[in-house]
Amino acid sequence: MNALAQQQSPLDGTNPAVNITVFAGLILFTLLITYRASSNRNTSDYFAAGGTFSGAQNGIALSGDFLSAASFLGIAGAIAVHGYDGFLYSIGFLVAWLVNLLLVAERLRNTGRFTMGDVLSFRMRRRPVRAAAAVSTMFITVAYMVAQMAGAGDLVALLLDIHSSSGQALVIAVVGVVMVFYVLIGGMKGTTWVQILKAAMLLLSVSLITLFLLGKFGFNFSDLMQRAAQNNPLGERVFAPGAQYGESALTKLDFVSLSMALVLGVAGLPHVLMRFYTVPNSREARRSVVWATWLMSLFYLCTLVIGFGSAALVGTETIRNAPGEENSAAPLLAYEIGGTPLLGVISAVAFATILAVVAGLTLTASASFAHDFYANVVRGGRADPDSEVRVARITAMVMGAAAIIGGILVNGQNIAFLVGLAFAIAASANLSTLLFTLFWKRFNTSGTLWGMYGGLGSCLLLMLFSPVVSGAPDSIFPSVDFSFFPLSNPGIVSIPVSFLCGIIGTFVRPRSADPADFDEMEVRSLTGIGSRDVVG
Amino acid sequence: MSDTTPPPLRARHGERGEKTHASFGGIEKSAARGGNTGPDFTGIAGSAEFGELRSRLKRFVLPMTALFLLLYLGYVLLAAYAPDFMGEPVFGNINVGLLFGIGQFASTLLITTLYVRFTARRVDPEVDELRETTGGGQR
Repeated sequence: MNALAQQQSPLDGTNPAVNITVFAGLILFTLLITYRASSNRNTSDYFAAGGTFSGAQNGIALSGDFLSAASFLGIAGAIAVHGYDGFLYSIGFLVAWLVNLLLVAERLRNTGRFTMGDVLSFRMRRRPVRAAAAVSTMFITVAYMVAQMAGAGDLVALLLDIHSSSGQALVIAVVGVVMVFYVLIGGMKGTTWVQILKAAMLLLSVSLITLFLLGKFGFNFSDLMQRAAQNNPLGERVFAPGAQYGESALTKLDFVSLSMALVLGVAGLPHVLMRFYTVPNSREARRSVVWATWLMSLFYLCTLVIGFGSAALVGTETIRNAPGEENSAAPLLAYEIGGTPLLGVISAVAFATILAVVAGLTLTASASFAHDFYANVVRGGRADPDSEVRVARITAMVMGAAAIIGGILVNGQNIAFLVGLAFAIAASANLSTLLFTLFWKRFNTSGTLWGMYGGLGSCLLLMLFSPVVSGAPDSIFPSVDFSFFPLSNPGIVSIPVSFLCGIIGTFVRPRSADPADFDEMEVRSLTGIGSRDVVG
Repeated sequence: MSDTTPPPLRARHGERGEKTHASFGGIEKSAARGGNTGPDFTGIAGSAEFGELRSRLKRFVLPMTALFLLLYLGYVLLAAYAPDFMGEPVFGNINVGLLFGIGQFASTLLITTLYVRFTARRVDPEVDELRETTGGGQR
């Protein structure tokens, strides 16, 4: 990236100090509002909410959780640079919600109390299953956070106009530390309100930019695409699929693999699953998924216009040379349209997005680790509350540090792609066991553990030996090559492996789990009978 | 229920949760189960009403899941292996692939709407009735 340091800044004519002041002012304003809005609420609202949020509110927060920096910065950039192939992310992220709506959301709400581990361990031996759930949650969370940290670093580097790799690494580290600090000090309080506020701001600004772009081209999307093709070295290839993934049989397979991870990963994301517990009952859980689906359809349609729009107005070359590369497309477009003020607004919205997602992720994962793993497994349930909270805090810090290091290593990669990897882990580790435990009576503890560890292990191993880590020019370690797995997303292998492991593991043990427990779970998951005393 | 009965420590989690709310918002509470005094789940599971509800849900949910997964898979395979067909212009620069992509949005929203209507008409009333007859508590 040093070669680009001499290039003209894409934000020519602006002062980094002004950019960052507008940006920081808006961030502080947002945090202040959310702090005030939430300060009179009980802290337990967020997790144990037990009825405080309506389906509509929760649906907005749910879309807020899900529309991370990857959806906004990553997809816009992918479409701006690769054209149609970037649109796949939008479609995969959206269609995936049908898995939640039809199979998971309501049953999960009725069966569990707070974490995914509740449902997975419902009719199994609790300790090993909870431990496995905590482990998979940790890996998914860190992978997801790496992408968010990289996005936050890219954003601030763009605003400050920092081109050198070491400067960007420093930015990621500082931004990451600030985020973890925010979570540790008291991020719990406002997270749901940050999500609601941020989702509203994100949807509003994205819709307005889309309307503006379409208006500029006389509401003729075809003309907008034409201009995008003119400003992209790929030319009219951006109209059809294949510009990024069409090269060879392997890249095509990679495309299919990625699309599988996207559609099957959402139902395994711990921070999304957790949102089904913040509503009073399963009908509100259903309502919130419906709300989220409609809001996200609107959002993802806008990403198509914004992606092509940034190629049309900013130009693909300028985007590629900016700090943050592809991830800078949307902020650069904002600058092109509305100058420094709009750049500040869009960057602040994106940053608030990242902050809220990181806060939610960190808290879910660290608390799940402290409770499920430390208190119940390590201490056999004899941990005192203070040490449990201390472990949660330390876990949050360790995860933050891991995410910062990861973020620095993957700096420059498209964050939608990085989130695709987190989705692959989620789909491999959690989806098979979740579906088996809900729908398959014979499924037992052994099958649960095989499915989770088999899926998680195969997914992580394949990622380690893929071109993402070594052997390719844009790998994390480009100078060494120990890759033997050719696909950059392992989903197409590791997801079937996890289902297979779940089946094999189940039949390794002669007995199924207690059938009475399956009856209870089925009755509860479909009707909610008995779930009231859980919420109490 | 031998290996799944909540150990006594589970009861203590509730008390502990109170003390640690300020930091983790009750996250450390676990899903305490109803215990032995709860409804007769095996009885309900074996009842004709519940069997009808279960198969009714399955008859809707499983075909719909298969449908949307097949639609999605078909779309992805076309995008990967038939880019020329997807690039076929329909009007202006709007091509088949773009229309199919928008079609995925439409089918997702359609299935969502169908499911909401199905549950409102055929599932929720049944569930309410079942909850009343079994004394499963009110919503």
